[in-house]
Amino acid sequence: MRVTFSANGKPVEADDVWEGESLLYVLRERVGLPGSKNACEQGECGSCTVYLDGVPVCSCLVAAGQVQGREVRTVEGLAGEDGELGLVQQAFVDAGAVQCGFCTPGLLVQTDALLAADPQPSDTDIREALSGNLCRCTGYEKIMDAVRLASARTCARGAEK
Amino acid sequence: MTTRTIQGQKNLQKINQASKDGIGGSPLRPDGTLKVKGEFAYSSDLWHEDMLWGTALRSPHPRANILSVDVSEALAVPGVYAVLTHEDVPGEKYYGLEIADQPALAIDKVRYHGEAIALVAADHPETARRAVKKIKVEYEVLTPITTEEQCLDPETHGYVHEPHEYRSHAYGNVCHEQRLVSGLGVTDEVRALADVVVSGEYEVGMQDQAFLGPESGLAVPAEDGGVDLYVATQWLHVDRQQMAPVLDLPLEKVRLTLAGVGGAFGGREDLSMQIHACLLALRTGKPVKIVYARDESFFGHVHRHPARMRYEHGATRDGKLVFADCRIVLDGGAYASASPAVVGNAASLGHGPYVIPNVRMHAIALYSNNPSCGAMRGFGAVQAAFGYESQMDRLAEALGMDPVELRQLNAVTQGDRMPTGQEIDAPAPVAELLQRVKDMPLPPPLDLEHLDVRTLPGALSNTSHGEGIVRGVGYSVGIKNVGFSEGFDDYSTARVRLEVIGGEPVAMVHTAMAEVGQGGVTVHAQIARTELGVEQVTIHPANTEVGSAGSTSASRQTYMTGGAVKLAAEAVRHELLERGRHRYGWTQDDLALVGGKVVSASAGVLIPIVDLLGEDAVEQTREHHHRPTVPFDKETGQGFGHVQYTFCANRAVVDVDVELGLVKVVELTAVQDVGKALNPLSVVGQIQGGCTQALGLAVMEEIVVEDGKVRNASFTDYLIPTILDTPPIPVQILELPDPHAPYGLRGVGEAPTVSATPSIVAAIRQATGKALNRIPVRPEHLTDTL
Repeated sequence: MRVTFSANGKPVEADDVWEGESLLYVLRERVGLPGSKNACEQGECGSCTVYLDGVPVCSCLVAAGQVQGREVRTVEGLAGEDGELGLVQQAFVDAGAVQCGFCTPGLLVQTDALLAADPQPSDTDIREALSGNLCRCTGYEKIMDAVRLASARTCARGAEK
Repeated sequence: MTTRTIQGQKNLQKINQASKDGIGGSPLRPDGTLKVKGEFAYSSDLWHEDMLWGTALRSPHPRANILSVDVSEALAVPGVYAVLTHEDVPGEKYYGLEIADQPALAIDKVRYHGEAIALVAADHPETARRAVKKIKVEYEVLTPITTEEQCLDPETHGYVHEPHEYRSHAYGNVCHEQRLVSGLGVTDEVRALADVVVSGEYEVGMQDQAFLGPESGLAVPAEDGGVDLYVATQWLHVDRQQMAPVLDLPLEKVRLTLAGVGGAFGGREDLSMQIHACLLALRTGKPVKIVYARDESFFGHVHRHPARMRYEHGATRDGKLVFADCRIVLDGGAYASASPAVVGNAASLGHGPYVIPNVRMHAIALYSNNPSCGAMRGFGAVQAAFGYESQMDRLAEALGMDPVELRQLNAVTQGDRMPTGQEIDAPAPVAELLQRVKDMPLPPPLDLEHLDVRTLPGALSNTSHGEGIVRGVGYSVGIKNVGFSEGFDDYSTARVRLEVIGGEPVAMVHTAMAEVGQGGVTVHAQIARTELGVEQVTIHPANTEVGSAGSTSASRQTYMTGGAVKLAAEAVRHELLERGRHRYGWTQDDLALVGGKVVSASAGVLIPIVDLLGEDAVEQTREHHHRPTVPFDKETGQGFGHVQYTFCANRAVVDVDVELGLVKVVELTAVQDVGKALNPLSVVGQIQGGCTQALGLAVMEEIVVEDGKVRNASFTDYLIPTILDTPPIPVQILELPDPHAPYGLRGVGEAPTVSATPSIVAAIRQATGKALNRIPVRPEHLTDTL
């Protein structure tokens, strides 16, 4: 089948999609967006998290056909038009929250969604919001630091405006 | 050297500042930006025109004879390009890290649940999976050999490998063993010297590395008849060494390039899909990509050895250890993998960082029809630490002593000898680490008035509002070796090139080091900056065009390949300065490269590096060998077997819901001596990550194996710590330089994984009063519902 949808603001079209393919597979293998990751492909690890019509979802659990005509935003869509890192991306780099980095794309999308809903989450709020995103390298401490840093920068940016 | 101050030369002070991005700083990862943009190419992201997908048929039985394999229906599936069995393997049929006992594809029998039998290449991964299901295998299913008792009685239960197969000096189903005796050993006379004796039996479950990036890679057949493999691994050269004979190719026709690695933790030391992808690519003449799904990943790599351990310790009334006796039985599963090294570590480190006058030890690894076990972070030392640290707590209780004081009283320090007879000839601040971790502030006590239920055991499941919650605190310390031991020369190679690019001096560092997330690439650039006084450093992709870098394991890469980068950079500096001396007649013996210039403490700035270099590049390649070690004597275990020791101490604070058996680790504190923190941000990140894997082993993680069958090969059923399960992890680092190591550094990655688990179990014991002789601790262990 053919699936057409919007990925990071641009129209994309995937042909010869087998009905059993996931959105994750289509993104990674058919439309050249491998940033979303394939750690478990059963909705447990969060590494494939993308926005679907503005809501974070595990793209491995979304059948490709379900995204027909809808808007998908992936980790590749978090940076600015000029390629400048987004605020959450920069915070993850600065805080040392990236080691192997395989969990990072999903965590970035989930953190982006968290701070959009609540720019000043408590530590427990952060842990609850990110509890669906596994990381095996960092022990999460630097990820907590990164989210706190992104929160502080979000609030500082808000205060400037 | 670049940090030396120049007296009376104020004009030089600015340029004499060592780069803040040199060693001791925390510059950002060179791959960080690509990783947060989703543009870093992991091994599963690779793509090639005309690419096929490979997958394997795996055995549903842990032990069976294969009577026949019929691939005809699979071959007939449209879109399938090849179906291969062991008959299609052109060269050697067997490979292995230490013992070549594992067939590339099963031959006439399978020895574990999940063993690869046949391969399919097809134009779509689903086509390949469906074709695999059409391969017809006729099995004669046999009763698997799975328990220690069965393994040790091969006359009754059989052999995993027949006596003529692939076993070196082993007997029965014993893959490897190591004995150790020191002092008077452990006899009735020695036992009589102790006022107090405690003994215990302990068990460690099978842990998985659970790296997030699945085994994957892309094999591309080359015009010269060879193959290029882009792969996630821990050691490119040892992969090639095992692959080439099986592919019947000379080494130089098997070229490996490191693709992005999504974590490793030991699980990528053995081959997984490497040979399979190359076999399919060479057969079809097309590029072949293999990406394991998570369940296949659980079957496709080795795990941490489960262990059964019996310990006996004797001490005087005032707490001085008199003797220690131990037997450690490690289940190595179907194939040897790293079992001999795991046994060596368990035997030599298995009595912990303590001075014990009389010691006996017997460590063995068994062949069984359980999943193969091999390398995982801290191997051999992790299992033993749960045993000896549990014993320390038990002994402290029997003596009525404080458990930290008992440990400090018996702690090794520099100049002491390990039970192997090896003198510890570098700082060993075990007592100090314990004191420091004890002195760290405790988290505030449980406040039932103002609690957020999400912070309690059970967390978001709202299982308690504070009732039934009991707090406990536990301590532990551990010891790990750094680098390969027992006479192994695991050298590293580095090539460093300095040239002018765009008007600036730029260093290029080329090694075959597998960057698996640890931050080695950051550290290599820091070393080059410090040694060459430049800011711009390029890291060349890791491949087999340069000499071996050894494995990214055993906490060794910063020591070994970092050391090689240092040697190569020093050689580049030497050549450059010699050129200057020759050309300009410099006679000073205090020349250095700082801030992009050649400087002399006595004569000031001599020349910018760009002017001295001109059009010429300076390039040097160096190998870094650690000091030699020797194998342990087979019977006595004596010998200078380890390169370096490393130590970490922990304190765990836990809340336990004693009614439901749920545990919440509230805080996990670590104090570690790292010799010299080349990159403090990365060092702390390693320690926190290592502690978290130890937490997983303490209370969550186990591959459940029943009669040889894996029951939980998924992240739904094999639970690793989430951010909710993981507490704050305060870290304090000590920097006591090791005179034998580059910059005085000490390997970092494994020590916290060794030491942290027992502190958590100790804390749960304090909260519950339970003996807890098995990890992971499960709810049923805490509520008497077993």
